[in-house]
Amino acid sequence: MNPPMLWVVFAALTGLALLSVLWPLLRAGRGVDRAESEVAFFNSQSEEIARDVERGLMTPEDAALSKAEAARRLIALAGATEARPQSKLASRVAIVAALILVPGIGLGLYRLIGNPGVPDQPLTARLAAPPEQMDINAALAQIEKHLAQNPDDARGYELVAPVYMRLGRAADAAKALVNTIRLTGGSAQKYDALGEALVYAANGKVSPEAEKAFEQAAAAAPEMPQPQFFLGLAAEQRGDLDKARETWGNLLAKAPPNADWAEMVRKRLGAISGVAPDVSAGGAIAALPPQERVAAIRNMVEGLAAKLSQNGADLEGWLRIVRAYVVLNEKDRAAAALADARKSFATDPAGLAQLDALARELGLGG
Amino acid sequence: MIVETGHYALVLALALSIIQSLLPLYGGLRREPGLMAIAPPVAIMQFVLISISFASLTWAHVASDFSLLNVVENSHSTKPMIYKISGVWGNHEGSMLLWVLILGVFGASMAIFSRGMPSDLRALTLSVQGWIGSAFLLFILLTSNPFARLARPPIEGQDLNPILQDPGLAIHPPLLYLGYVGLSMTFSFAAAALLAGRIDASWARFVRPWTLIAWIFLTLGIAMGSYWAYYTLGWGGFWFWDPVENSSLMPWLAATALLHSASVMEKRDALKVWTIFLAILAFSLSLLGTFLVRSGVLTSVHAFATDPTRGVFILLILVFFIGGSLALFAFRASALRTGGIFAPISREGAMVLNNLLLTTSCATVFIGTLYPLALEALTEEKISVGPPFFNMTFGPLFIPIFLAMPIGQLLSWKRGDLLGAAQRLTFAVALGCIGGLALAAWRGEPFLAAIAAALAIYLVVGSFVDVAGRIFVRGASAGVMLARATGLPRSAWGTAVAHAGVGLTLLGLAATGWGIEKVQTIRPGDQIALGPWSLVVKSFEPRDGSNFKALVVHTEIRDGNRLVAEIEPARRLFSTRQMATSEAGISTLSFGQVYVTVSEQNPDGSLDARLYWKPLVSLIWLGALVMSFGGLLSLSDRRLRIGVARRAQRKPASAPGSVPAE
Repeated sequence: MNPPMLWVVFAALTGLALLSVLWPLLRAGRGVDRAESEVAFFNSQSEEIARDVERGLMTPEDAALSKAEAARRLIALAGATEARPQSKLASRVAIVAALILVPGIGLGLYRLIGNPGVPDQPLTARLAAPPEQMDINAALAQIEKHLAQNPDDARGYELVAPVYMRLGRAADAAKALVNTIRLTGGSAQKYDALGEALVYAANGKVSPEAEKAFEQAAAAAPEMPQPQFFLGLAAEQRGDLDKARETWGNLLAKAPPNADWAEMVRKRLGAISGVAPDVSAGGAIAALPPQERVAAIRNMVEGLAAKLSQNGADLEGWLRIVRAYVVLNEKDRAAAALADARKSFATDPAGLAQLDALARELGLGG
Repeated sequence: MIVETGHYALVLALALSIIQSLLPLYGGLRREPGLMAIAPPVAIMQFVLISISFASLTWAHVASDFSLLNVVENSHSTKPMIYKISGVWGNHEGSMLLWVLILGVFGASMAIFSRGMPSDLRALTLSVQGWIGSAFLLFILLTSNPFARLARPPIEGQDLNPILQDPGLAIHPPLLYLGYVGLSMTFSFAAAALLAGRIDASWARFVRPWTLIAWIFLTLGIAMGSYWAYYTLGWGGFWFWDPVENSSLMPWLAATALLHSASVMEKRDALKVWTIFLAILAFSLSLLGTFLVRSGVLTSVHAFATDPTRGVFILLILVFFIGGSLALFAFRASALRTGGIFAPISREGAMVLNNLLLTTSCATVFIGTLYPLALEALTEEKISVGPPFFNMTFGPLFIPIFLAMPIGQLLSWKRGDLLGAAQRLTFAVALGCIGGLALAAWRGEPFLAAIAAALAIYLVVGSFVDVAGRIFVRGASAGVMLARATGLPRSAWGTAVAHAGVGLTLLGLAATGWGIEKVQTIRPGDQIALGPWSLVVKSFEPRDGSNFKALVVHTEIRDGNRLVAEIEPARRLFSTRQMATSEAGISTLSFGQVYVTVSEQNPDGSLDARLYWKPLVSLIWLGALVMSFGGLLSLSDRRLRIGVARRAQRKPASAPGSVPAE
């Protein structure tokens, strides 16, 4: 239904409500006078007494007593006030009050608490809606119903798994993924997705089941970072910190320079090493115990040196490697690297300026 | 669109209710015919709007529109249709909407059926109804809105509490609310009389049907609730003296007192101030009942303190209406003229005794219900005032009521003859004693049961002594007597039937003393002796409903070798809420009942069962049905009544032929 129709209905209701107040005001009759009502009451009492006597239900003497009693009550009513004509002023005030109060309270309060924009959503209509208009829950319910009848439809499970994840129904996502793997075989992506769903469903705990999924993913695609990260996490949760550090250290060593996940890994690494995380490139390494730190830096430096020998235009890389050699206490190599860098940036004054600044800072004379 | 139309209609009903509470009040006090004339059409329109609102909420429940929070929380698409509908009021928000719907029904019927009433009384009464309506509509819209929507509707609801998935839910709350809200009518009449500062002779006449209607529904509602608890809770108990039950019993006691004092007022123009007071009291107690059940105080005083929005709102309503009406009573009661003098020994005197005893017993229930709550709030100490307290206080108070009921019926108005009345009851007393002795000899211990049964028999027989005396005349033919029986005012029959109903209930209660209870493990093939019956467990069968799985115990009840009935107690598991319920297997055999419930299946496949034989137990509720039928008879009597004293010096020839007008 479109909203304008809704407002037409509201207007009609408001009109009816107003009418019920205004109509009696505009045609104000006299009403039933109190004395009138009581006299009528007395008359019907008398008639009834007479009827009872006729039918033999009452003796004439009881009837006389009853009638006297009724009359006594009628007389006791003396001094009843008369009805009087409706005052014009009161009537006008009432009309204005109704015209303000009824729509005022009605629409005013409804504006505060109503939801005119929310349509009716009966279940059958939601389930029968064309897919492009269907809300996500209804669509899911449709697919679930289909899957309950066709439990071997791999496509269905593939479709719902990511939707479940987005809706936060991780356990359902995991079930769907298990079915997908059962029907179409595993791949690194599927195993990894299954592992992640299990971790979310367990509120961050890497269960043995999830770890197995990550191991399968890692076996299928060793270069994929996610399984490595979660395998590290599993080790950490088991209390095997060395294993965790090794896994994550390797992961970081292989990380592409601008990987956005690297920072998260560094933080975790920092957390388990008891050192505040450092966002600089060497932060993760600085977090390692001294022995390993040297090994890790050496590892990193060698990789970096290899990269720089192929591509000398990476200023960041040069800055990092020079700093690294200084940390490793290999001043000769630091100086050599600096010289190589200066050669690469001979035509770039800005780059040279940075290299000079670094040299001054580290005390590596020109 | 349907849902939002219902929502808007409810808001609009509030607007009209506020108009209805203000303009006719001014009009009634200042005698402005135009302003007084507003009340009836507005009351009718308000009823129409609330009906639209209720219908649209019902539609949402039936169509499983899960964009409403209320539907999500209390419904499920696989729920059977009857529970989709009764689920509308099986929750807080919906039940409050039912409450105002019934208020609307009463307001509209008053508007329609009160043409002969003085305009000012009618306008003032409807205006007080408007105040009540405004308060409750505001409460619903601000704290308990059933039309709250969800932006992202789930695809399935949380289902209704399985205990509520029972035909009892379809019947019990509407009946009880018809009773509760019906008392708002007598309250409004009383407040209107106080506002106007006078009570007309016709006042009691106009109030009478509303009091009766409220009382009939309250009686039925309580009885239905008790029977529902009896067959669903699975303990075989039918009254637990828990605060929810007590909060419906208190208004019933007050309403019963009101019913009697109002009849004195109608016929004798006496007890006016007291009647007004009782009308206020009865509705106050039904508001209190609503408060106790709805505010969360009962689950825990502390839970109430942590989330008090609803509770405080209801408390304010309570303070406003009870405090306001009592203040009005204090200021204006003296302006009401009293009239109608009577001797202590008279019909009126008996009614006063009835009123004193009923209000006292009402007070004991009140104390027993609220004292533990107050103590917990003040001292953190949690005590439970259980059945012993009520049995010790409530029981003794009701014995004189039972004894006096038939006597009161036989006393005439203004001045009565106690000795004469007692003599006429000799027959009833004798029958009671014989019956009690016979039962004691046949059933044996406990003797208290035999004494109560004797009292019950006296009560049932005594209830009809008055009517019988007016029908049977020595020497009259059957035709004449039939004519006299049909000629009797239906209200006289009503009194007799209603009083006999009390006796039947008492007999049912008395017979619980002779009940038999067994707790044992059962397997298919077992044979169990239970009182006069033998039960044969035939089989355990799984049987599933649309939203539950059940294990049904097919059992035969045999008398010797003759099969008399089959019952199927069951255990049900509702999957959505993961709740199990126990369905009692009940068979009514000559007013008694065989009652069997089963527990979870044991690991070895057997079941633990509770088996009861309860002789005459169904009379407890049949008695209540009879009571309300008596009320209905009385309600059907639309005659105007005036009570006069029967002449003491009556000629023997004419005396049997005359029947005082009732």
